[in-house]
Amino acid sequence: MIFMKLSSLKRLRVIVSVIFLSLTSFVFLDYRNLLPEDWINGIVYLQFIPSLLKFINLFSLSVLGFIIILVFTMLFGRVYCSTICPLGILQDVFSFFARKFKKRKKRFYRYLKPGNILRYTLLGITTVLFLFGSILLLNLLDPYSNYGRFMTYFVKPVVVALNNGLSTILEKFDIYTVFPVKLIKIQFEILLFPILMLILVLWLSLTNGRLFCNTVCPVGTLLGLLSRFSLYKIRIEKSACTDCGLCARVCKSSCMDYKEGKVDFTRCVACYNCLTVCTSDSVKYSRQKGILSIRQPEPVSVQHKATPDLNKRKFIAGSVAWLLGIAGISMAKEIPVNEKPTEIPEKKEFPVSPPGTVSIKNFTDNCTACTLCISVCPTDVLQPSFLQYGISGIMQPHMDYHSGFCNYDCVICSQVCPTGAILPVTLENKQLIQLGKSIFVKDNCIVHTDKTDCGACSEVCPTKAVYMVPYEGDLFIPEVNNDICVGCGACEYACPTIPYKAIYVDGNAVHLAAEKPEEEELKAPSTEEDFPF
Amino acid sequence: MKRRDFFTKSVEAGIAAGIVFKLGNNNKLWAKTQVTIQDQYDLVAIKGGDPGAMFDRGIVEFGGIKTFVKPNQTVVVKPNIGWDTTPERAADTNPGLIKRIVEHCLQAGAKEVYVFDNTINNWSRSYKNSGIEKAVKDARGKLVPANTENYFQEVTIPKGKRLKTTKVHELILEADVFINVPVLKSHSSTRVSIALKNLMGIVWDRRYWHRNDLNQCIADFGTFHRKPDLNVVDAYNVIMRNGPRGVSKSDVTNMKAQILSTNMVIADAAATKMFGKDPDTIAYLRIADEMGVGTRNLEGLSIKRIKI
Repeated sequence: MIFMKLSSLKRLRVIVSVIFLSLTSFVFLDYRNLLPEDWINGIVYLQFIPSLLKFINLFSLSVLGFIIILVFTMLFGRVYCSTICPLGILQDVFSFFARKFKKRKKRFYRYLKPGNILRYTLLGITTVLFLFGSILLLNLLDPYSNYGRFMTYFVKPVVVALNNGLSTILEKFDIYTVFPVKLIKIQFEILLFPILMLILVLWLSLTNGRLFCNTVCPVGTLLGLLSRFSLYKIRIEKSACTDCGLCARVCKSSCMDYKEGKVDFTRCVACYNCLTVCTSDSVKYSRQKGILSIRQPEPVSVQHKATPDLNKRKFIAGSVAWLLGIAGISMAKEIPVNEKPTEIPEKKEFPVSPPGTVSIKNFTDNCTACTLCISVCPTDVLQPSFLQYGISGIMQPHMDYHSGFCNYDCVICSQVCPTGAILPVTLENKQLIQLGKSIFVKDNCIVHTDKTDCGACSEVCPTKAVYMVPYEGDLFIPEVNNDICVGCGACEYACPTIPYKAIYVDGNAVHLAAEKPEEEELKAPSTEEDFPF
Repeated sequence: MKRRDFFTKSVEAGIAAGIVFKLGNNNKLWAKTQVTIQDQYDLVAIKGGDPGAMFDRGIVEFGGIKTFVKPNQTVVVKPNIGWDTTPERAADTNPGLIKRIVEHCLQAGAKEVYVFDNTINNWSRSYKNSGIEKAVKDARGKLVPANTENYFQEVTIPKGKRLKTTKVHELILEADVFINVPVLKSHSSTRVSIALKNLMGIVWDRRYWHRNDLNQCIADFGTFHRKPDLNVVDAYNVIMRNGPRGVSKSDVTNMKAQILSTNMVIADAAATKMFGKDPDTIAYLRIADEMGVGTRNLEGLSIKRIKI
């Protein structure tokens, strides 16, 4: 590197990573929806898996995020892992603070052999499953999506609670600029996986730096494979090395084999700590000399083992088979698994997927459950699902018409979805998409049971697909015209009957077209007339 | 009485009155004058102008906003901001009218003018897209959220038949002056939505009303002791069908009217007639009338009709 001192690379890395981490976190914690959609798109633009998925979905050259990452990796190694990946940076934050409390001796890392079997297996299974149509492992392992879930499920509630506390105090002084925000309770089953993941990430980062990124994370492993061919690599110049071991002690990836004078660059997360500490100037970040050097054997790999570990292979083969089985389950049906029929009062055949998803299958195949749409949704209608979409769709959001309803004039989820699971739709388009159909249950309806006016469902219906017709006496009762119903769920949300609703929306497995409500000419009373009293 | 004596007594009386004004509770003294001025008209109806201009003209008949708003008082203005729609759709109260009302109140020396509604669509989008956020900001009023339950305090409605208790926004209970500014429109549940119906936006749990005889609950809440001091019915643009939200602009007619009254039932009866319906066909009006909230029969009332 000519343009700057090698030792200042670490500072650059820290600055860039802090900026990315802060921005990415803010995207998920922005409960006041202050960020415009373009900003949100810009901030998550470089996230590898979402960008890759969106590229596959849209096949558009506007989606270049993952290509930029690939290019950067080919040039400089896994800079994604060190500066852009929020889960990676989070681990750095954990270990940074942990070091302050650790005994001096335990503060340091040491060279470790790579967990090749585990990491390549996980990458392999994730890829194979994905190619066979199940996004399950990608959903569970994508670092960006995991980070999103941490923010939405663990941090946002704290931020909102603080906000609400503050607003209660300010309200006493008649200051209303800080307003309270509804805290949505999330089913424990949905939190289970994020909790386990957080424990794993926390534990690994506190004990072993970036071990997670080099064993569990499929993106880390993939970029690691690619970084074998990076133009610039961290190298140890053995001739100048004093064997002090400082570089290995600060290496979060445990990939500095200074005794052998080798660096396992596939595991290097480009943190540049080694460059800062080397006293003899023997740790280099430089271009490989000649093409031949690219083909240098990697310092450590399974192939060096004399005899293969058959048990491990069996285990892996078994795991692959098992996971393919899961993929098979989700592939067996073109349409996803139904909601449990008897437990739920409203007999819904299908859950409702957000507008722009085209079909439930299209959505569940492409969503990594990063929760970004959930956090930007202004009406809280988007909520994580548990098994409504089947095992493969765990944690993916669905339209929960008991917590809110879809705003007729809003398309923000489709504008921010980083994977393209929710494709961008215009407002005009969205208003003609039917997500599901409204089903009226007369026997539950107040007008029928109590013989009193209600009409809450028709009141909120944006297209008047739910309208009132004369009933007994002076009463009016709802009727549904599903030709113009968009399935927004306003009627279901507003229906006041308990415990079971008198009107609800059953999802369309494949979204349909809703007709535009007719605009008849209005026969209004003449404004020229005198006062009628 | 000699002329000199008269002068001295007058001065003494003046001083005494001044002291009473200074030391005593001004509001109560003013309240008396308020009643006498209100007695002039039961109803003021205006036609043919912009919402702001019609209010400017109409409020004069009540002796100006100062009849209701005294210096240093807090005012709460309650428009309908229920829907995330644009002003020309008329699902929400006209922002120009809200702006004028807030300005009048502040000119009269109000300490603070609060505006809020417990919206049906997402509240921040509704505040913004209705144009009311900007209108209130421009007029230097304060837009207050009503999106969470902790703003609402439980009250009892002693005369209520079905609605015995409900939770009301704290500002309604705290403010010195309460101005109700509904928009006249068709309504799928209650045929029309005007002043009495607009009060559903100051309570928290509307679903309770819907499942417990909506019309009775609306009338019950009309008996609640904290009634609006003034009702301004915005009938500039009126949703004639598909209300309360309306489906498109084709549901809206440009009626160019406004109704002012201190009584909700009178205001509603007059607005219902302008809408082209008989107040007797509006169930909650009938019940509210029978419960003594006000009369739906406009005959014999003192009405001021103004055309601009």
